Amino acid sequence: MSVRADAAALPARPVRGGLARAAGPAVGGALATAYISLIVLIPLAAVVVESTAGGLSAFWSAITGAQAFGAMRFTVVVSLAVVAVNILTGTLIAWVLVRDRFPGKRAINALIDLPFALPTIVAGLVLLALYGPKGPAPFDIGFTRIAVALALLFVTLPFVVRSVQPVLMELDREMEEAAASLGAKPATVFRRVVLPNLVPAIAAGAGLAFARALGEFGSVVLISGNIPFKTEVASVFLFGQIESDNTAGAASVSVVLLVLSFVLLLFVSWISTRGVRRGGG
Amino acid sequence: MVVASSRRSRITLRVIALGYLALLLAIPVAMVFYRTFEHGFGSAWEAVTTPPAQHAFYLTCLMVVIAVPLNTLFGVGLALALVRGRWRGKTLVSAIVDLPFAISPVVVGLALILVYGNSGWIGSWFADNGVRIIFSTPGMVLATIFVSLPFVVREVVPVLREIGTDQEEAAHVLGAGPLQTFWRITLPAIRWGVAYGVILTTARSLGEFGAVAVVSGKIEGQTETMTLFVEQRYQAFDLAGAYAAAVVLALLALAVIAGMTLLDRRKET
Repeated sequence: MSVRADAAALPARPVRGGLARAAGPAVGGALATAYISLIVLIPLAAVVVESTAGGLSAFWSAITGAQAFGAMRFTVVVSLAVVAVNILTGTLIAWVLVRDRFPGKRAINALIDLPFALPTIVAGLVLLALYGPKGPAPFDIGFTRIAVALALLFVTLPFVVRSVQPVLMELDREMEEAAASLGAKPATVFRRVVLPNLVPAIAAGAGLAFARALGEFGSVVLISGNIPFKTEVASVFLFGQIESDNTAGAASVSVVLLVLSFVLLLFVSWISTRGVRRGGG
Repeated sequence: MVVASSRRSRITLRVIALGYLALLLAIPVAMVFYRTFEHGFGSAWEAVTTPPAQHAFYLTCLMVVIAVPLNTLFGVGLALALVRGRWRGKTLVSAIVDLPFAISPVVVGLALILVYGNSGWIGSWFADNGVRIIFSTPGMVLATIFVSLPFVVREVVPVLREIGTDQEEAAHVLGAGPLQTFWRITLPAIRWGVAYGVILTTARSLGEFGAVAVVSGKIEGQTETMTLFVEQRYQAFDLAGAYAAAVVLALLALAVIAGMTLLDRRKET
């Protein structure tokens, strides 16, 4: 992720050349704008319009309704918990993959991308197969809040790992060696020397994981049992509202989710450009 | 003494990291493979070759065959326009192109219904002319395009920035036209980035569930892709069928990861 951010921060070179060369990108830009408008922009605008179809009071009562609010609150709380776990485990896994050496490391490194490549419904199914009611695990987490958290941990696993890994690889080890030779213990070296360099990458990965967890649907839908006020997340609640033709109510909750994910995207791009600027000096 | 303790802590960290990955990823996925094949290969094969399963597989392939080329063309075009061009709305488009990554697939489905549904802004015009978009294949294609839209752009933009314009300018000075420059200079330079983007787009198109579930109406044997088929089999208490279809999708995912790993090595050399 930060590799991309590095490249994104390079200044674009000015285009020199004739009018024909400038016209190509302009036409391409117009076509691309039309494509993205028809598929992304107009539909999202329709959601915003639909959410206020009954006026602001209808919007407000839709998002503060007991079931809607309960689902959104549970989604935010469980996503925050999942992000907290990801910050620890993601940093740890990135560390082990970069600094440790053991047989099969390449395969493990490739395995990290599995949650990105595996369809979400399959992710939910595999967790159910092991930890569900008919699974061989000594406990059954099916239809519990733990199950929702587990599904979200599965699908968000790569974000922090893939964000931290490249930064850790580029990190100059001389500083760590200097700190160690001055008598700092390994834990102190990590906390005082390594960690400060990783914070922007961890934050960017955490932001993306949070956005993903907030909107996750496929992996949760089988394993959570979708019990209102208990395991129902926002996207599952939305799905039910759409199926029962309450599009205005669904659009209102969607707008809340849209605003949250937009803010998170802004946060992530702010973090990455800031990190690059500091790194690039 | 110090060496011994740092070695011990290194192994402790390794065990924790690998144990976490095993419990969360490897063992659950292995479990589905085991469950699928515990009664032999034949029963698994039967489960994924029933007519509804075949139709679901066909529909999934159709999604990929339409969405991937369109998003690749769009992705390369937009990346060129974003990096090389100056036009109105560039900043806005660049900001919204990432949105599909962060939006809940259910919201994507709702958004498409509102515009392309029978009473939607655009859909009502199509409905008057007898074309159904939502609860039909075109709507599912739109949903697939929506969720897999940013991958090629995001992979190609950094590559284009990195290669700069020196070679393109040289080609221009030597008399090459814009098209010739693109085919002979730009495209060969960005080909691995495009390939990587295509693989990610394919993976996402194969695996999309939520957005397609909303716009498809989940009509069995008609608007059911592989992922919807997995859910439908599970809800119908046909665990064997669900597991077998899931294994097909998991194998495709593993092929995707193999492709990514191969390309990573290509890009390094």
